Amino acid sequence: MKNISFKIDGRNCTAEQGQNLIEAAKQNGIFIPTLCHFKHLNPLGSCRVCTVKNNGRTIAGCTLNVDEGMDIEVNTPELLDARKAILEMMFVEGNHFCPSCEKSGDCQMQNLGYETGIRYTRFPHLFVDRIVDARPERIVVNQNRCIKCKRCIEEVRTTDGNRVFNFTNRGNKTLVSIDYEQEAKLSDTQAEHAMHICPTGSILVKGKSFGKPFGNREFDYSNKEKNISFNEIKKHKTTHKKKRIATTSLAGCFGCHMSMLDVDLGILDLIEVVEFNKSPITDIKNFTEHCDIGLIEGGCCNTHNIEVLREFRKNCDILVSVGECAIWGGLPAIRNTVPLEECLKEAYLNSMTSEENEIIIPNHEDIPKILNKVYSNHEVVKIDYHIPGCPPNANHIWNVVKHILFEEEYSIAYPEFKYD
Amino acid sequence: MDRTQLLNKLWEYQHEFGYISKNAISKISKSLQVSNIEIESVISFYHFFHKQPTGKNIIYLNNNIISEIKGFEDIKTTFEKETGCNFNEQGNDEFSLFETSCIGLNDQEPAALINFLPFTDLTPKKVKLIIQKIKNGENLKDFASKTKSKIQYTPKEDKTVLFRPYVMGKSIKEGLKYSSQEVIDKITKSKLLGLGGAFFPAGYKWQSCKNNVDDIKYIICNADEGEPGTFKDRAILQHVPGLLYEGMILAGYATGAKEGIIYLRAEYLYLLPELEKLLEEFYSKNLLGKNILGVEGYDFDIRYQIGAGSYVCGAASALIESMEGRRGEPPVRMWSATKHGFKHKPTVVNNVETLAYASRIIELGEDFFLSLGTEESPGTKLISISGDVAKPGIYEIEYGTSFKKLLGIEMSQATAPYFLQVSGPSGDCINSSEFDRKICKEDLLCGGALMVFNRNRDILQIFRNFMEFFKEESCGVCTPCRAGNFILTEKVKKIQRGLCSQEDLDDIKQWGKIIKLSSRCGLGKTSPNSLMMAIDKFPDYFNIKIAPSNEDQHVEFDMENAIHEFDSIIKDTQL
Ligand code: SF4
Ligand code: SF4
Ligand code: SF4
Repeated sequence: MKNISFKIDGRNCTAEQGQNLIEAAKQNGIFIPTLCHFKHLNPLGSCRVCTVKNNGRTIAGCTLNVDEGMDIEVNTPELLDARKAILEMMFVEGNHFCPSCEKSGDCQMQNLGYETGIRYTRFPHLFVDRIVDARPERIVVNQNRCIKCKRCIEEVRTTDGNRVFNFTNRGNKTLVSIDYEQEAKLSDTQAEHAMHICPTGSILVKGKSFGKPFGNREFDYSNKEKNISFNEIKKHKTTHKKKRIATTSLAGCFGCHMSMLDVDLGILDLIEVVEFNKSPITDIKNFTEHCDIGLIEGGCCNTHNIEVLREFRKNCDILVSVGECAIWGGLPAIRNTVPLEECLKEAYLNSMTSEENEIIIPNHEDIPKILNKVYSNHEVVKIDYHIPGCPPNANHIWNVVKHILFEEEYSIAYPEFKYD
Repeated sequence: MDRTQLLNKLWEYQHEFGYISKNAISKISKSLQVSNIEIESVISFYHFFHKQPTGKNIIYLNNNIISEIKGFEDIKTTFEKETGCNFNEQGNDEFSLFETSCIGLNDQEPAALINFLPFTDLTPKKVKLIIQKIKNGENLKDFASKTKSKIQYTPKEDKTVLFRPYVMGKSIKEGLKYSSQEVIDKITKSKLLGLGGAFFPAGYKWQSCKNNVDDIKYIICNADEGEPGTFKDRAILQHVPGLLYEGMILAGYATGAKEGIIYLRAEYLYLLPELEKLLEEFYSKNLLGKNILGVEGYDFDIRYQIGAGSYVCGAASALIESMEGRRGEPPVRMWSATKHGFKHKPTVVNNVETLAYASRIIELGEDFFLSLGTEESPGTKLISISGDVAKPGIYEIEYGTSFKKLLGIEMSQATAPYFLQVSGPSGDCINSSEFDRKICKEDLLCGGALMVFNRNRDILQIFRNFMEFFKEESCGVCTPCRAGNFILTEKVKKIQRGLCSQEDLDDIKQWGKIIKLSSRCGLGKTSPNSLMMAIDKFPDYFNIKIAPSNEDQHVEFDMENAIHEFDSIIKDTQL
C-alpha cells in the first residue's frame, strides 16, 4: 500500500492510503471519539460522534478513508461542541440512570460523557417509556440505555450466520429488537460477546451482571493529587468577611450532603471563611439572612420542593444544583416514564405491604402534593451552576463553592466528576 | 425467493389478509434464510405494513399541514364517530383508521385513502356518506374520487414543454436518429437538472452510468413523491405518463441499461391499472421489449415496484435499499449509484419529472429548451400549488417566474399571502418582502411544492406539523436526526404553550445547526432549515411570542399544570 500524507487540524500526518480515518488518526496520536465504530465492522456511521470536516465538508470520520492531501478538522470549537451535543442527545433520548446501571464505570458512552465534559445537558430530558426485555434465554435488553449504534446488529450472529438483533420501527420509535428463536441458539461465549461489544449497558447477560461486576471500571481515574488543600482557603480570611451558605435536600437521597461532610476535618477550615445559614447541617429551618450561595441537592417531585426552591432563589445570590438529581431529576426521575396514576397505585394500593382492597391514596392539606413528574431545578428557577456527580465528591463540591465565592476561574477536570 | 422480491411478497400478504402474521413472517424468513427479526425489522419500517390484523377497510387520512388547515380535525372525529374506531389503533373487523403523511392530493384536501382508493375534498357530511355506503356493502371503486389535478397554467403559445399534446413514440423515434453518446450530449447541453429536489445534473448521471462498463445496468424512476405539498409527479402520471416511459427508454438507450423499474409510492397505487395498460400499449407498439422499433439489440423492459410508505425512501440511496428488500435507511455511501447502485450494478435514479423532460428535450431539441427559462436553469418547471389560493393545482412555468406572479391574479390568486413554504418542509420559507424572488437556479430553486399560507395561519402550527413529520419519518439510524428532530418538536410545543424566550429561539438556531452539521443524509441535513429561517424572516411573529421578561423568564414551570394530574387522581380515590 502506498503511504500518503494528509493534515489533521493543521498537523502533518501520514498513513496508508485508504486507511480508515479513525485508525489513521490514532496512529498519528490523535484521538477521535467514536461509539459505533468497531474493529472489523464496516463503518456503521450511526452515532455521528466522530463527526469531522474533510476539506470543509462534514462527514462521520469512521466513514472516511484517508487520501493524499486531505485537510481534516477534528478538534475545532464547532466540532467539539457538536460532538458534545450529540452525546447529550443520547443522554436525553434514553434514560440513563448511571448509579443504577450495571455497566457504570465500564461504559463507553459514560466515559465519553466525562471526556467531553458534559456537566448538564442543554436539551430537556425526553423521558420516553422504554422496555426492558427479559424474555430472551440469556440476554436482557434494556432499551433505556440503547443508543442504536448498530454494533450488535452487525456483529452478533448465530453459528448459522443468522442475525440475533435488528432495528424495528423507525424515527424516534426505532428500537433494537431481539429474535428470541435465534438468541436461544447463542452459546454462552457468544452472548457474553454481545454484552461486551455493546458500548452501553443495554445488552446484559443474565447471571453475569449482578453479584459481581462483569467488567473492570476501566474508565476510573484516580485523583489523589488533585485534592485541594483547605489551607489555601484561609488566605481569604483576612481579605473578605465571612460568606454565607445555605443548603437543602429536595428530592434527593441526602447522599450529596453526606458527600459534603466527607471533607472531614476540612470543614473546620471551611467554617473559618464561611458560615452556614438555613441547612440540614446547622438545622436552621428558615432563612435568617440573605446568603451568597445556595447549594441544592435533589430535584422537585412535590409542591413543597417547589416552595423551598423558590425561597432559595429569593434568598441566595447564586444557586448551585449539586448532583444528578438536582441537575436533571436523577434516580427519582425514573418515575418520569411511568404515568403518575400507576406510580401512586403501585405505592399505596397494590404494594406488597398495602392492605387488601386498599383504595385510598393519602391526601391531606398538610401533605405536599406530588407533581406530575420530577422536575429538574433549572426547569423551575434560574440555576447558576451545576456540579455533576452522583454524588459529587466532597473536594469537588467545596472546590466549586470556593471558586465561585472568591471569584476564581475554575473548570472541572475530567477525573474529578462522576455521574455515578 | 430473491430478497429484492421481499416488498412484493409482504404486499401480497398485506393485501390478502390485512396484515402480515407471525406465521407469514416465519415462512418468508425461511425462504430467505434469515432470522425472523430481519423480516420484522423491514415490516415495521414501512407505514403501510401491519403486524396486527386490520379491519376490512383501512383508512389512511392525510395529516399534513394543508389538510390540517382545511379541516383535518373535524374529518378525523367524524371518521372516528362513524366507524366507532380510534385513529392509529388496530380498529375493528370492519375498519382501521390511521393517519398518514402527505398523499399527494394537496389541491384536494382533506383527503384520505380507503383501501388505497382516493377520497378527496372531504367534509363531515361526505365522510358520513362514505362510511354509510361502505357499511351498505357498496363497491368502493364506484364512488372513489377523481383526482386528476387541474393544470392551471402553461406558458403561452408554444413555450409549453411538458403539457403540449403528446404523440406516442415521437421522442423515441427522434432519439434513435442519434448515437447514444449524442443523446447524452443533448441532455447535458440542455442543463437538465434532477427535479426531485436535489437538482443534480441529469446528463452527468447518464454519462457516468454509461462510462461504467457492466453487463447489467438499471434505470430507476423515482416515483416516490413524498415531500409534503408536492403532487406534480402525480400530474405527469395522470396526464402524460407516456413521456415518463419514453424518458426511461431513452435513458436505457443512452446508458446501455436494459431494465427500467418505476418505484411507485403506494399512495399512488390507484394509478397503477391505467399505467400498466399504457405499458402494454408500449409493448404492443414495440416501443418496449426486444429490438425496439426494429433496432437490433435495443431491448428495454419496464416494471413497477410499489413502495410501502416511507418518506426517506424518496432519497435515491434509500430507495435502492428499499428495492433490495431492506429498511429504507440511507446507507453509508462509498460509491455513487451510477457505479454501484441497484444490485451493485450501475444505476441511474431519476425523478418522474426529470425523465419526462428528458423525453421532451430529445423530441423538441435542446436548443428549444435552452431558449426558455434562465441561463443556468433553462426550460420550464412544474409547480404544485396548494394552501390559501383560489386556484390550487399544477402550474407549468418558465424558470425565472417570480413568486409574486405565481401568487397573482393571472395565476394562483392567493389571498393575503404571508408565509410561503417552497419545496416542502425540507425546503425554504419566504416572507412577503421576498415575493419578488424568482424560481430559478440563480435565485431560488423549487422542488415542486409551493404551499401558501395567509396572515391568519399560525406559523408555529405549521412548524409543529413539519417537525412531527420529520420526527416520524427519520429512518432512525443516526442520533442527531432521530433525537434532534424529536427535541426540536418538543421545543416548538413549548413555545406553543406560551413559554418562549429569546433563549429558546437561539436554542433552535444552535441546535438546528448541529443537527444539520452532523446528520447522515439529506433528511436530517435539511429538516431544521425552514424553522431556523423563519425565526429571522418573521420577527414580528416571533417577537410577540417572547414572554415579558422577568427573573424566571427562561424557566418553564406551571404549578397548576404540575399538580393537575395528582388532583384528578386523588379526587377519585378519596372516601
Ligand atoms: S453507565 Fe452507560 S449505559 Fe449505563 S446509564 Fe450510564 S451512560 Fe447509560
Ligand atoms: S443494544 Fe448496545 S450494541 Fe446494540 S445498538 Fe443498542 S447500544 Fe448499540
Ligand atoms: S439523517 Fe435521518 S433519515 Fe438520514 S440517515 Fe440519519 S436518521 Fe436516517
